[in-house]
Amino acid sequence: MFAGWTGAVALGLVGLLALLLAELIVGGWRTFDRFGLGFFLGRAWNPVRGREAFGALPFIFGTLVTSAVAVALAVPVAVGLALLLNEVRGFVRAPLASFVDVLAAIPSVVYGLWGLFVLKPFLDRHIEPFMTSTIGTVPVAGALFRGNPNGPDLFTAGVILAIMILPIVTAVTREVVAVVPRELREGALALGATRYESIRMAVLPYARSGIVGATMLGLGRALGETIAVSMIVGNVPRIGASLFEPGATIPSWIASSFREATSVGLHRSALMALAVVLVIVAFVLAALSRLLVRRTASLVSGETPGAAETEIPKVTR
Amino acid sequence: MRRVEVADLSAWYGPKKVLHEVNVVAEPRKVTAIIGPSGCGKSTLIRCMNRMHEEVRGARVRGKVLFDGMDIYSPDVDPVDVRRRIGMVFQRANPFPTMSVFENAVAGMQLGGRFSRSELKVRAEGALRAAGLWEEVKDGLDEPGARLSGGQQQRLCIARALAVEPEVLLMDEPASALDPASTLRIEELIEELKRSFTVVIVTHNMQQAARISDWTLFMLYGEVVEFGPTSKMFTRPDEKRTEDYITGRFG
Repeated sequence: MFAGWTGAVALGLVGLLALLLAELIVGGWRTFDRFGLGFFLGRAWNPVRGREAFGALPFIFGTLVTSAVAVALAVPVAVGLALLLNEVRGFVRAPLASFVDVLAAIPSVVYGLWGLFVLKPFLDRHIEPFMTSTIGTVPVAGALFRGNPNGPDLFTAGVILAIMILPIVTAVTREVVAVVPRELREGALALGATRYESIRMAVLPYARSGIVGATMLGLGRALGETIAVSMIVGNVPRIGASLFEPGATIPSWIASSFREATSVGLHRSALMALAVVLVIVAFVLAALSRLLVRRTASLVSGETPGAAETEIPKVTR
Repeated sequence: MRRVEVADLSAWYGPKKVLHEVNVVAEPRKVTAIIGPSGCGKSTLIRCMNRMHEEVRGARVRGKVLFDGMDIYSPDVDPVDVRRRIGMVFQRANPFPTMSVFENAVAGMQLGGRFSRSELKVRAEGALRAAGLWEEVKDGLDEPGARLSGGQQQRLCIARALAVEPEVLLMDEPASALDPASTLRIEELIEELKRSFTVVIVTHNMQQAARISDWTLFMLYGEVVEFGPTSKMFTRPDEKRTEDYITGRFG
């Protein structure tokens, strides 16, 4: 009975997902049919009838770049926060923990508004020019940080995304840090490790795969975030080295152009196809993260401490 | 070659007092065993001897632990220094799972100290030999430490503690998770270690205490019942309760 119900619900969910994907693919079919692989690699986006051209590459680029910036900024902060909240005693713990949780409860449109009217001017005036004049002068990598500091850009979107994924990455990292066996920490402390050394020696190596998992979870959130990004990224299909120039992500582009998309031409179909691409990107990343978590986990697994019991037969045989 | 003297030591977990004014002395080049039933405070006592007790949230200590005359609880003493000089081996073998046998052996040396690769090798070999593990692992030093058997892991942890060249070795039920063969191996090792260290060992196994220790402390409910030479404790104890416990009438 119970198995029947749960089975039905589970199958229903799978069916729903399949239906959703099927609808998307059917909706986008005319675009895939017309442009083929060119849709994934094309850079043009022109919905004008007769001169229609649709390419997803700038949006894939924008999605990956903003998400990468978000992860690069959020993960170190999240790991630090998780360690602070779990390992350090003190009066900041409780308020800080609830503060981070509150970040997760703020609607993304609020982040968008705040990003547009508060964060962006601040970054434009102070941070971006500073970065241009410092790390921007480094050969090759410096190209990322050159460009027009004013106006919407990929970097600002990445910063907003970083703040938005911070709670989830922090929460998951806290979980994995909390399950690091006490014996390992104490082992390090008993050798004369300071608290910082015990974290580096015992806690972080053990929690590594979990932190990778947390990162991937945050990345997933960043990929799909729509409205806040749409408000500050500029929505310009562009591929270029500079983070300080506008761009567009797949969700931001869909959100900003679906109103003009009529069913007459290919425009609507092209947006559906874009959604398929987003799903594919998310799937690929989820699969990659699985792989990565398994790889890093295998370094820790095997016979972790306390495997003594399972060893007895071997020794006393 | 250091003497550890516990003087009027009390300890708490939060509001719960688990040690009541304990007095005991661990002499150099001797093995001092702490015995008693579960929950009698023997693990707490040994953890107080290198300031590991305070790592538990809410834990508190009052009294003195004199290490070569210096109170390790005096405010100007850094617990990190204490633990480098008073090493500890735990009940469950706890090699660092991402490190190789070699890295585990020298893990403590990497803290604070700067050693060349060759120095590390020399010290690792010395510690692994002292822990009686060298012959078994010398061809697999780069294997993960967690691949070893339970008994080998525990000896690896002993080697890790020895590599930082402590003066005292505290062992908290080091053989209780091991099979008889590995236990015997650890006991033989303790015999050898006491030639150069002050050894304190917690054990719930009275035969083990009788076999390896020179002095025995018997505790009940966080209090010392009796402390004396092992031979005397196990043949003609002063206290009725000691006799009842070692003859297996309770515990």
